[in-house]
Amino acid sequence: MIPIFGVGVLFLTFIVALYGVGAAIYGGYKHQDAWVESARKAQLLTFPLILLVAATLEYLLLTGDYQVQFVFNVTSSSMPFYLRLTALWGGQSGSLVFWSLLMSTFTFAVTLRKWERDREFLPWVIAVCMITLAFFVGLALFAENPFDRVWQVGGAQVVALFAPAGSVPVFPADGNGLNPLLRHPGMIIHPPMLYTGFVAFVIPFAFAIAALITGRTDDRWIRITRRWTLVAWLFLSMGLVLGMRWAYDVLGWGGYWGWDPVEIAALMPWLSGTAFLHSVMIQEKRGLFKRWNLILILLTYSLVIYGTFLTRSGVLSSVHAFAQSSVGPLFFGFIGFTFVVSLALLLYRWNALRSSDENKMTSVLSRESFFLLNNLLFMGILAVCFWGVNYPLISELITGQKVTVGPPFYEGATGPLFGGLLLLMGIAPLSAWGHSTFKTLGKAVWKPFIVSVGVLVLAFALGVTAPIALLAFWLCGFVASITLYEYGRAVWARHRATREILPVALWRLAGKNRRRYGGYIIHLGVVLMALGVIGINMFQTTTQGTIAQGQSLTLGSYTITYKDFAQWDTNDNRNVARAVLAVSKNGQPVGEVYPRRDFFYESQQPMTIPGMRSTFEDDLYVVLVDWQSISSDGATFKIFHNPLVSWLWTGAFVFILGMLVAAWPDREPEPVRVTVKSTVVVNQAL
Amino acid sequence: MKRYLIIPALFLVALAALVWFGSVSAQTPQPQPQVPVTDNQVNAVAHELYCPVCENIPLDVCPTQACAQWRELIRQQLGQGMTKEQIKDYFAKQYGDRVLDQPPLQGLNLLVYILPFTMLLGGAVLVWRVLRSGRNPSAAVPNQPAPIPPTPADDAYTRRLEDELKKMK
Repeated sequence: MIPIFGVGVLFLTFIVALYGVGAAIYGGYKHQDAWVESARKAQLLTFPLILLVAATLEYLLLTGDYQVQFVFNVTSSSMPFYLRLTALWGGQSGSLVFWSLLMSTFTFAVTLRKWERDREFLPWVIAVCMITLAFFVGLALFAENPFDRVWQVGGAQVVALFAPAGSVPVFPADGNGLNPLLRHPGMIIHPPMLYTGFVAFVIPFAFAIAALITGRTDDRWIRITRRWTLVAWLFLSMGLVLGMRWAYDVLGWGGYWGWDPVEIAALMPWLSGTAFLHSVMIQEKRGLFKRWNLILILLTYSLVIYGTFLTRSGVLSSVHAFAQSSVGPLFFGFIGFTFVVSLALLLYRWNALRSSDENKMTSVLSRESFFLLNNLLFMGILAVCFWGVNYPLISELITGQKVTVGPPFYEGATGPLFGGLLLLMGIAPLSAWGHSTFKTLGKAVWKPFIVSVGVLVLAFALGVTAPIALLAFWLCGFVASITLYEYGRAVWARHRATREILPVALWRLAGKNRRRYGGYIIHLGVVLMALGVIGINMFQTTTQGTIAQGQSLTLGSYTITYKDFAQWDTNDNRNVARAVLAVSKNGQPVGEVYPRRDFFYESQQPMTIPGMRSTFEDDLYVVLVDWQSISSDGATFKIFHNPLVSWLWTGAFVFILGMLVAAWPDREPEPVRVTVKSTVVVNQAL
Repeated sequence: MKRYLIIPALFLVALAALVWFGSVSAQTPQPQPQVPVTDNQVNAVAHELYCPVCENIPLDVCPTQACAQWRELIRQQLGQGMTKEQIKDYFAKQYGDRVLDQPPLQGLNLLVYILPFTMLLGGAVLVWRVLRSGRNPSAAVPNQPAPIPPTPADDAYTRRLEDELKKMK
């Protein structure tokens, strides 16, 4: 009964979305406001409808209606409430509904903004949003329906929405339970964050398409979507970081990023999205990069859908598995369609997108040129990722030979490019619009440069000798000192001018130009994260050994001693095997770690959870690889020493702080009566 | 820069790229191990191999029984005196190129090494040309010239401006 209700509302959502597309295009084309208004209402309506679908699905998940195949696949009666709730995105079909729900939330929000100034954009924004929504709802409806139920017909079990002729419903006593790997806080918020980032990027894309269709080649569409882009980018970045934390905490291989194709599928839209975020500033300030910005947002949208396609369609396990579910070809068709149409629109307006006359880019060291280099580097990394992910598929298609493109390829190719980006992050804020020389840059940079050399000397003194590591540390020091110097200079200047105490000056300064100072904080966050990346990537050491109770293993200055072992069944249907190890550093005891192996009975899957001791200096990470059933015979442990990795997570927090500063809405300026005595040119730059 | 020099220059750079990528996959020679073979030695080899049956999981972390057996095989082979290269070649012959962590530098695989590099280079050439020539003024309707905002170096002016505005409040 309830599943049928869910399907019905899902179908209704699909119809309403399609109607929205049709009405918007018709109204926009014929300039008939009534139709556009109707389309707008349809867009508003999709939100409560899909919310109802999600609520219905949640009800089935929470009450454990195991006849519904999705519920069977992702829940079981031993799972706690919060896991059953979040199991909505624990499987393919539920994920599609969840994606649609998030998409609809954003389209709902965008419909509620003040549209008076931008009526001409409205029909096309609605059309793009509703086409995307209709696609995902359609996938959920026709390709992977979460309300499919299991029936018994004759001797066989059949999965269908409605009862086949002569069938009897099958009511399993219990479900399979959620994949144990997903039962981690990081994995619970990672999909919502990532999906939110993905769907939020659809909004700037919709406005870009609207701008192309209406011929509004100015930067209005960018100004409108500035905060949307920022929010989308924040969620996408956080989604990626959460994924990294999950991998680190739960997968038990001592790292946070394996250059797995699924990881890269989520990284690619982030790359073009970050380039876009920066590049739009140039269009706002100087009227340049109009074509770049459209290309970048177009790429981001396509990569968002492509990323979802790569992850969800099974194409990555084999090019041939892709055809087994109809999701694959449908995705492929949709991406092709949207890409071709957007490209056609862009080419249609190509000439109209020429930059303003007066603004040429002649100086290599100007801020515009650094941003251009920025775009180039991001596109370079994107090209590496794109070919790295797609080449195995191409190889299998053409030669039948499967290949793996792994970390050596990606790290070797993207390392220098990321280094280049780090360098740009440091010097670009110092360059001037329009024109800069080595002299002006040099004047701005020499003091922080001295500090950065100090960092280099410090690193060398601490025993770092590898040239690449030294270069990387120097870069971090360079960027950090420039950023702090710029901030410090401005705060001091304000303090001198207004007599505010330093903390107040800091606060008010950030408030005056949120974008710049928020950006500086974000860059500082990135530097901290880079520090963590350098530490773990370049200086990780590892060892593995089998020891009996009472014996020890040594790694560098750390010694772990095997003290105890226990194995028991928990009340949520898993078997836990846990070891207790004492950790000492340089002979001094510093604590204990508890690596364990969880075995989930329902899904017959093991999970290796490392025991960790984290400080800002390093992480000691211990994995229980194996043990003998009679515990006195010993156990095998793998130890990782990960220097500086905590800065990766700390940097992410600073990052969020910076985003909040950058995205916080400005207070509406109060009108002030001004009597102008002398001529003062007030620059209206935002 | 003379036009005709571009082609050989690009070629040299592409060659450099190949060498660069090639060196990334070059291995340091593994010293002849003595019996017994340690876990670390096994992991050092397994780290550069991928599980032949699971999806994109390196052999040193794969938790399945099959992978544990493959690691034992590596242990035996190391004990017999095989080098890391020889073991990797053996696995590639047995299970296909997908067990290697990089596509071998031959045939169609060269595409994945050359393509991103060429695209980056192409982009760099484009950027260089744009910066050298400057944008040509268009015949189309000129937009309102965007004013150049004050640079960070103009602090003195900004401060004076703020002062004057403050006096007016």
